[in-house]
Amino acid sequence: MTAAVFFGCAFIAFGPALALYIFTIATEPLRIIFLIIGAFFWLVSLLLSSLVWFLAGTITENKDGPVQKYLLMFGVLVSVFIQEVFRFGYYKILKKASEGLKNISADETALSMRLLAYVSGLGFGIMSGVFSFVNTLSDSLGPGTVGIHGDSPQFFLVSAFMTLVIIMLHLFWGIVFFDGCEKKKWYALLLVLLTHLLVSTLWRDLSIFPCRRERGAEKEGWIQEEEELINGVWP
Amino acid sequence: MLTFMASDSEEEVCDERTSLMSAESPTPRSCQEGRPGPEDGESAAPWRGQDGEEDHEEDPDHYVCSGVPGRPPGLEEELTLKYGAKHVIMLFVPVTLCMIVVVATIKSVRFYTEKNGQLIYTPFTEDTPSVGQRLLNSVLNTLIMISVIVVMTIFLVLLYKYRCYKFIHGWLIMSSLMLLFLFSYIYLGEVLKTYNVAMDYPTLFLTVWNFGAVGMVCIHWKGPLVLQQAYLIMISALMALVFIKYLPEWSAWVILGAISVYDLVAVLCPKGPLRMLVETAQERNEPIFPALIYSSAMVWTVGMAKLDPSSQGALQLPYDPEMEEDSYDSFGEPSYPEVCEPPLPGYPGEELEEEEERGVKLGLGDFIFYSVLVGKAAATGSGDWNTTLACFVAILIGLCLTLLLLAVFKKALPALPISITFGLVFYFSTDNLVRPFMDTLAFHQLYI
Repeated sequence: MTAAVFFGCAFIAFGPALALYIFTIATEPLRIIFLIIGAFFWLVSLLLSSLVWFLAGTITENKDGPVQKYLLMFGVLVSVFIQEVFRFGYYKILKKASEGLKNISADETALSMRLLAYVSGLGFGIMSGVFSFVNTLSDSLGPGTVGIHGDSPQFFLVSAFMTLVIIMLHLFWGIVFFDGCEKKKWYALLLVLLTHLLVSTLWRDLSIFPCRRERGAEKEGWIQEEEELINGVWP
Repeated sequence: MLTFMASDSEEEVCDERTSLMSAESPTPRSCQEGRPGPEDGESAAPWRGQDGEEDHEEDPDHYVCSGVPGRPPGLEEELTLKYGAKHVIMLFVPVTLCMIVVVATIKSVRFYTEKNGQLIYTPFTEDTPSVGQRLLNSVLNTLIMISVIVVMTIFLVLLYKYRCYKFIHGWLIMSSLMLLFLFSYIYLGEVLKTYNVAMDYPTLFLTVWNFGAVGMVCIHWKGPLVLQQAYLIMISALMALVFIKYLPEWSAWVILGAISVYDLVAVLCPKGPLRMLVETAQERNEPIFPALIYSSAMVWTVGMAKLDPSSQGALQLPYDPEMEEDSYDSFGEPSYPEVCEPPLPGYPGEELEEEEERGVKLGLGDFIFYSVLVGKAAATGSGDWNTTLACFVAILIGLCLTLLLLAVFKKALPALPISITFGLVFYFSTDNLVRPFMDTLAFHQLYI
């Protein structure tokens, strides 16, 4: 796992979001603030959903086996719901804020709702992508070989692309969601929720590249394998 | 005041914590006379004195001057909002930079995560067998640390009240000397060791000497604003690294919590030391000592050329016009007395032609404690970046909220409580709840 993998995966995952940030958001301070507040909202939603997952886990007393899989799926569902609820909450707050801004600064073009939808979607997306991928990225800088135990060697690449996808999807969901709220088209909200559920629950079941190992254990195993190969211990 | 302990001698705690201050860029007139009007609508100086172990320079913000008089109040509000966002960002950037420096160092240089003795202010060890004993020790450590800070602050207030300026200046200069030379030498040494780069002593001497000398000049005298800001960020990062290294685990968290409470009390209570300091400084209309406040304020006087010759003499300020861009912090004490004497008769008329931009000031102690929180999260988060990022976002949001309150209340506000509370909440919850959840999700390649 070289620097090439690290930079490659980092730019695959975060390149478009970074470009969007640099060209559209970094120039206006108010947009940066709304982006960070959006990221904060996503973070709080994640916190609540982790809490729910944790409580569910303690209630079922953390038994191993298929219970964990169901718990995880339950956690994912709850998380998606809570994220959409927070997106709605953020919409409400932004609506109030933009009205307030309009009242006060009459000469400026107040931030339009569509722009705020874009900014909030990007905020959600960036935070989601970063939280999903940054630990994997930092592991990719360390020693080891991907897939030495028969797992897919494309783990990092697939994760990077998935992160990119989820960032973009959050952005689009934000725009569609806010548009639906503005025009009172409630089916748009339902559409966002359903597609979010679809994306979040899809990959595990249809995962073509099963990844069986813990991140930490993977590293140890890989290092050990590397040493064995180098020192000439052959199975 | 240096105290030495155990293996290392980093004792100098130069943390000044000041609350947020929205400083309107002072016009020379306002910096010389008293505040022209009441502080309503002007940026009062939310300014908290520092409570440092060694060194506090609490200088009332003499920027609490009126803006351009004669503006209608609605326009004033609009301008507040308009500039508000810009100044939030102008504080986000240095806070982010400081945190990045601290986190990058923590993650790469082993020295700052190794346990190597404790500060003399936290004498109780945390290597105890029982949890209760450890908790008790950390609470005792916190009590000692906070009382040291309180005593220092009160001492500083007294010094300031009885006008012992030379003492304060000497104190401040000594502590910046130590930070800029000793701590940066140690930091450079550790970084070189980490990357296994050899450097000979002459080169090292030259580097550290230049770094330190330019830093002293920039911070205490005059220098380009950006350079001064950069140096302030660097010394805050160095100080935060010292804290991260020498404060034991639990004590660090309890100290962070306790210091936010102290900050709240000291700035907002009528008899709080920091508030008294601010008020005394405001009464005397004196500048805040530089080197302890980070200022984002910039002023440019467009109408300089239009000044009439009669006031020309009065405007012989010790710095040339292009230096006007410097933060007023870079006035420096030596130039202050000269600046304040000559009156500026021509100013009231010219003020209206000048471009003014308001600024916000944030104390270095705030930088330090924010970075301590994020650095501790990076150091102890078991290699987890999610915790660090969550704390980072939480602190930024807290800062945003505090600035919003500042815009609403227009008086000195403590910058620590909201951010540190959010940071602590997010640290503990992310470390214990979010981390296992996200790890499990990443393991199964599930994306939410």
